[in-house]
Amino acid sequence: MTAAAAVQASAAAQAPPAPAGPQGRFVVVLDAAHGGDDTGGRLANGATEKRFTLDFSVRLRSLLAARGIQVLNLRESDMLIDPGHRAELANHANAQACLSLHATESGSGTHLFISSLPSPPHTGDKNAPPPARFAAWKTAQTAWVPRSLALAGVLNSALQHAGISVTLGRAAMPGVDSMACPAVAVEIAPERNAAQQTTAELDNADYQARVAAALAAALLEWRSEAHP
Amino acid sequence: MIPRHQRVIVSVLLVASLVMGVVLWQLRDRAHQRLMAGEDSAPTRAPEVAPAEQATLLVASDADNTLFPQVRLLPLPSDPGARARAVLGKLLEIYSTPDALHPAPGGTNAVTQVFLLPATGEKDPQHPDAQLAVVNLSGAFVATHPSGLETETLTVLSICGTLHANLPRVAQVRFLVDGAQHSTLAGHADLTRTYLTAEAVPTEGSHP
Repeated sequence: MTAAAAVQASAAAQAPPAPAGPQGRFVVVLDAAHGGDDTGGRLANGATEKRFTLDFSVRLRSLLAARGIQVLNLRESDMLIDPGHRAELANHANAQACLSLHATESGSGTHLFISSLPSPPHTGDKNAPPPARFAAWKTAQTAWVPRSLALAGVLNSALQHAGISVTLGRAAMPGVDSMACPAVAVEIAPERNAAQQTTAELDNADYQARVAAALAAALLEWRSEAHP
Repeated sequence: MIPRHQRVIVSVLLVASLVMGVVLWQLRDRAHQRLMAGEDSAPTRAPEVAPAEQATLLVASDADNTLFPQVRLLPLPSDPGARARAVLGKLLEIYSTPDALHPAPGGTNAVTQVFLLPATGEKDPQHPDAQLAVVNLSGAFVATHPSGLETETLTVLSICGTLHANLPRVAQVRFLVDGAQHSTLAGHADLTRTYLTAEAVPTEGSHP
């Protein structure tokens, strides 16, 4: 971990749960997972996860930009970025939402994951010691887990409203665990019906558009919560 | 005319060859008899099989991202390490069946060994005898495991939960692949960290 990153993480960790971005801007970080030699999973029709996430992040950025939301894409091309460096970039943006984008052929609908790090203790005791001045790099997300859960809830509602099935889970994710922002990993799987028959593959443009629109709608709602 | 001493030498060599031929034939017969005798003394009874016991497997389902307990009767060895490997072998065998709710090829050979060690880190006063299980996965299993946050997380958590359900002293789990540390299962689930089984054990039918 670099000293700058440590300071950034600690500074962000000191912030209140829903801080405003630089100059009060609402910034969303989109992290297209994998890239370069790390192809990620193999998808149907020979596609790779790294390509899908990059294309989807560009599509989502366009939707968010059209709604006046400032977006930072961590990966703009087919390049390998270390998870730690992804977290550094995200923390530097002081974003109000960080989405790590993934794709898989397993399961169905959209899977939302937040960090499995424990939530910070919430004592409510006025005499309780103040929050730690410095956040450990590998567990910087700890202070943000409650906000990440809230963001996952907003994303879940929007996706379900769009008729997309959602599963929620928690996982250890090296990049996300170091992010000092409300962070959710969004994993998109093919759409399947109750009998587990595929109704829309990942390369289905309409399906991608529905998921992207639902995520954009959720982030708009999140912005209204963060900047009422 | 052939000299006399040469005729004697040739005769001696001829006799020696015949004697050696007879001896080799007898040795071959004896070896064959020993082999047959060995086959006769081979065990004709099946080896003792460990008695079948109840084992609880935490089986994953990709459709709803859940782990649900499934009780099976399995012949379980008394040695805890072998016992752990047996239950994990059964769990991963379920995942390798064609109609598995959480497909993952590999089967019983996916887990090469399970080592049980004293737990690391701060001692829990309530569980002073807590154990760390080191699960050595086969490289072939890892190479063919489906890629994805959900599917990989479910595999890891179901292994952790199944270990804790059958060996309650196991509080921590670490993973190796072919005896060496490996970064992820198939690109997503972190295999470098120590997993706490308390985090993996869900209430029935709940999300991990």
